Amino acid sequence: MTGPDWLTLSIMLPLFGAVAAFILPRAAAGLGLATVAATTLCVLMMADRVAAFGAVTVPLGGWGAPLGIELRADGLSVAMLALTGMVGLLVSVSAIDAFAGDRTARQRHYFWPLWLLLLSGLNGVYLGTDLFNLYVMIEIIALAAVGLTVLGGTREALRAGLDYVYASILGALLFLLGVGLIYLQLGRLDFAGVIAAPPSAAMTAALAVMFVGLALKTALFPLHVWLPAAHANAAAPASALLSGLVVKGALYIVLRLAGYMPALTEDILTLIGLMGAGAVIWGGIQALRADRLKLLVAWSTVAQIGLIFVALARAGERGLSDSWKAAALLILAHGIAKAAMFLAAGRIKDEVGHDRIRDLDRSPIRPTLAQVTFALAAINLIGLPPSLGFIGKWQLMEGAMMAGYWHWVAITMIGTLFSVAYFSRVLAGFLRFDRVRGGPLAEHHGWSGADAAPLILAGAAVLLGLAAGPIIAFIDLGAGGAMP
Amino acid sequence: MTESATLLILILLTSLGAAPVIFALPERAARLRTAINLTMAAIKVALVGWLALEVGQGARHGLSFAILPGLEFRLQADPLAILFIALSAVLWLITTIYSVGYLERGPHRARFFGFFSLCVGATVGVALAGNLFTFLVFYELLTLATYPLVIHRGTAEALRAGRIYLIYTLAGGLVLLLGTLGLWVLAGTTDFVAGGIMADVAAAQPLAAQALFVVLILALGVKAALVPLHRWLPIAMVAPAPVSALLHAVAVVKAGAFGIIRVVFEVFGIETVRELGLTMPLAALAAVTILYGSVRAMTQDDIKKRLAYSTVSQVSYITLGVALAGPVAAVGALAHLIHQGLMKITMFMAAGNLAEALGVKRVSQMDGAGRALPGTMLAFTLAALAMIGLPPLAGFVSKWYLAQGGLAVGQDWVIPLLLGSSLLNALYFLPMLHRAWFRDAPEAEAPRPRIGWMLAAPPLVTAALVLAAGLMANAPFSPLEWTRFIVELEYRE
Repeated sequence: MTGPDWLTLSIMLPLFGAVAAFILPRAAAGLGLATVAATTLCVLMMADRVAAFGAVTVPLGGWGAPLGIELRADGLSVAMLALTGMVGLLVSVSAIDAFAGDRTARQRHYFWPLWLLLLSGLNGVYLGTDLFNLYVMIEIIALAAVGLTVLGGTREALRAGLDYVYASILGALLFLLGVGLIYLQLGRLDFAGVIAAPPSAAMTAALAVMFVGLALKTALFPLHVWLPAAHANAAAPASALLSGLVVKGALYIVLRLAGYMPALTEDILTLIGLMGAGAVIWGGIQALRADRLKLLVAWSTVAQIGLIFVALARAGERGLSDSWKAAALLILAHGIAKAAMFLAAGRIKDEVGHDRIRDLDRSPIRPTLAQVTFALAAINLIGLPPSLGFIGKWQLMEGAMMAGYWHWVAITMIGTLFSVAYFSRVLAGFLRFDRVRGGPLAEHHGWSGADAAPLILAGAAVLLGLAAGPIIAFIDLGAGGAMP
Repeated sequence: MTESATLLILILLTSLGAAPVIFALPERAARLRTAINLTMAAIKVALVGWLALEVGQGARHGLSFAILPGLEFRLQADPLAILFIALSAVLWLITTIYSVGYLERGPHRARFFGFFSLCVGATVGVALAGNLFTFLVFYELLTLATYPLVIHRGTAEALRAGRIYLIYTLAGGLVLLLGTLGLWVLAGTTDFVAGGIMADVAAAQPLAAQALFVVLILALGVKAALVPLHRWLPIAMVAPAPVSALLHAVAVVKAGAFGIIRVVFEVFGIETVRELGLTMPLAALAAVTILYGSVRAMTQDDIKKRLAYSTVSQVSYITLGVALAGPVAAVGALAHLIHQGLMKITMFMAAGNLAEALGVKRVSQMDGAGRALPGTMLAFTLAALAMIGLPPLAGFVSKWYLAQGGLAVGQDWVIPLLLGSSLLNALYFLPMLHRAWFRDAPEAEAPRPRIGWMLAAPPLVTAALVLAAGLMANAPFSPLEWTRFIVELEYRE
């Protein structure tokens, strides 16, 4: 390959940025934003390469697999990197605003190094081709994510952070155990070798252990217990990163491995689908019962993650080659929309002063733009047309129908009804004025800078549905037989 | 032949593009908002007129791009689309004027007019949709855009109505998604094509085709208020009068009826539906709805509720005409799409005036209303007589064609049904007219109330259109003539 090595740069830039932001706390915000922007630029250049050549591989230090470490970018990884870049950039913009005051100085000092470290780890996961490498990266992610969770410093945040630490460590250990088992079996850890390995009971066991570890990290029901509190109690930009991006890292690894594993049998897929279905229903029930706005949004993440797993499992052996595209679309849609929704929820909480759902419509203060953002994000997460979430759901149901799996169709529809029900708890209150107490109604028409970023995210998530064709074509680049 | 997309995009932009601007305007910028609203509505009428002329001459207007491999987002201006879009454009202009007058000092006008625009934009999309997938996109948008209008008053009653509305329509939307997917999986396309796309599938898998038809009709029947899916409509009448007018005449209910027309004629094809043995059940469902709506209307004292049940009944004429599966009946059905819109919007605007100027909301309070608001009650009377089916008004024309159509296909029971329905219409409308014109107002009547021209004129204009649509039914570009043009195309296959 000629020209700069965009792959390595997109991992190293944020890493150096994190160090720099830690050393120079006064300049952290500027440094952070510049680093994220530059990293996103790398991703764009990479996208250009991938569009031209299909997949781009970089042997680090000149050693190819299986001895050395390789980085590889194909359509799916660049799509994930672009998701991270786009969401990351806009969350960064609103983080500048959210952590602006003196009261949040300490949070500001830690936010930027942690977030840049997280960015480095995520990019590493999306470009990695080697299981041990992935393990290192998810540990980096976990470290940064736990830091972001407890950033607010409240009692609840600390307690949630502790649970998150346990879950993270356990998940990582299980993943490492699986990696070790595979290494004992094969003597190599690169994707190509793992995929080419003949199916055996030991391989299945190793993959199963890894899957449980990843499921813990991505909060798949019933391993989700740590997520709601962690995501609900973090500061809004941190929540947006945690829910929009962090869980996607582990999800991506599952997607990568599931797509190429011959060892996955119908029974295992059904089990995964059932766990997803459980998440859809349990997450939906809990979101209906949640009393805080951010808690509701967090539970909706549990439900949506479940739906993505249903997409992964939906067509069983017959449709697997295609099912990952539905899952990928749902991942992208959820990443963008959920980040927007957490930011909007944070804005509403800031303006109104609390986020008790029952009392939101008692307040005379109505942060209109944040409400619009919340509604647009909800449209996406419910899966109403023409949003990206809708197209993902369409693909999921289409595949399930074609394969005759009506139960997965039913689960998707139940999930949709749940999401309508729990989001309308919030949305109906936005338009309600008969319970207002305390002073005349102040409908905000102010364009606060903090509203712009989430609004752009939510709007993009809705409109990107119209561009689903090119997105799917791009995700497909370098996939299939091209995997080394 | 190449397609031109410019006009279609412009027409969509006049409402979908106007909405964000209106949302962003401050609440107090009432004049600017009104100016934008009226300008856009007027431009749209002009554009739609232009489009109708072009389509009448055989020009093709369309726009499509792929969403998924093989699955297109498609807009196209076929004559059927023109019929619906012309109705919505003209009535939007009139309703906008009325709404400006109606909400003069009310709260949240920016929000109201923003969603109002979105709602009409969605209706345009429903009309122009070139396949069921695109139809679904706008059908859902319509649901979302209408909800804030239904609950505009923000009272507990309005919120309850909104919740019921949302439950019904979103559930219907979900079922429509299922049906659209089913169509896509079975037929490999969702395009609206004259003569339908399901003939082969129906021959190979009749059971699946039947199931799909039932699913689609159920989904659309929610908005079209077919019994027993109609319950939301009378409840949703708590909305402000212009919203009810729009809901009943143009937007929501009509989108459902229009969808049924599309599904029967252009997804399945009327021949295929007949071969599947589904025309008669559909006609029976429509007949039940016609009678049920009328009977329920008779016992309602609330004026708007009575009108709402009347809508349940009247809109099913459209379904009935479609299900009779003959060209003459189809003419009646399509003409009624327009005629019912004109009649019902007149009545809802008149009802709004009664409530605004006199505080009259119940039939039992209508005594002497004709003397207090002669113009409004004149319009109401014309529309009511047209509903009953008095010649030469618009309602008569559609009923005439429906009856003729029924006879033409050997379904003689349609005649007693229509006569019975007319009788019921008379039974619930004539007492209102009698009270308004022939009874004296209660003693304590205040001095003669005044309403602004923005409230007074619109019902008169639509009433005049009701008269014109009947009197000049054979003039070129009358709804009836255009309808004949469409039916020729549909039955040529």
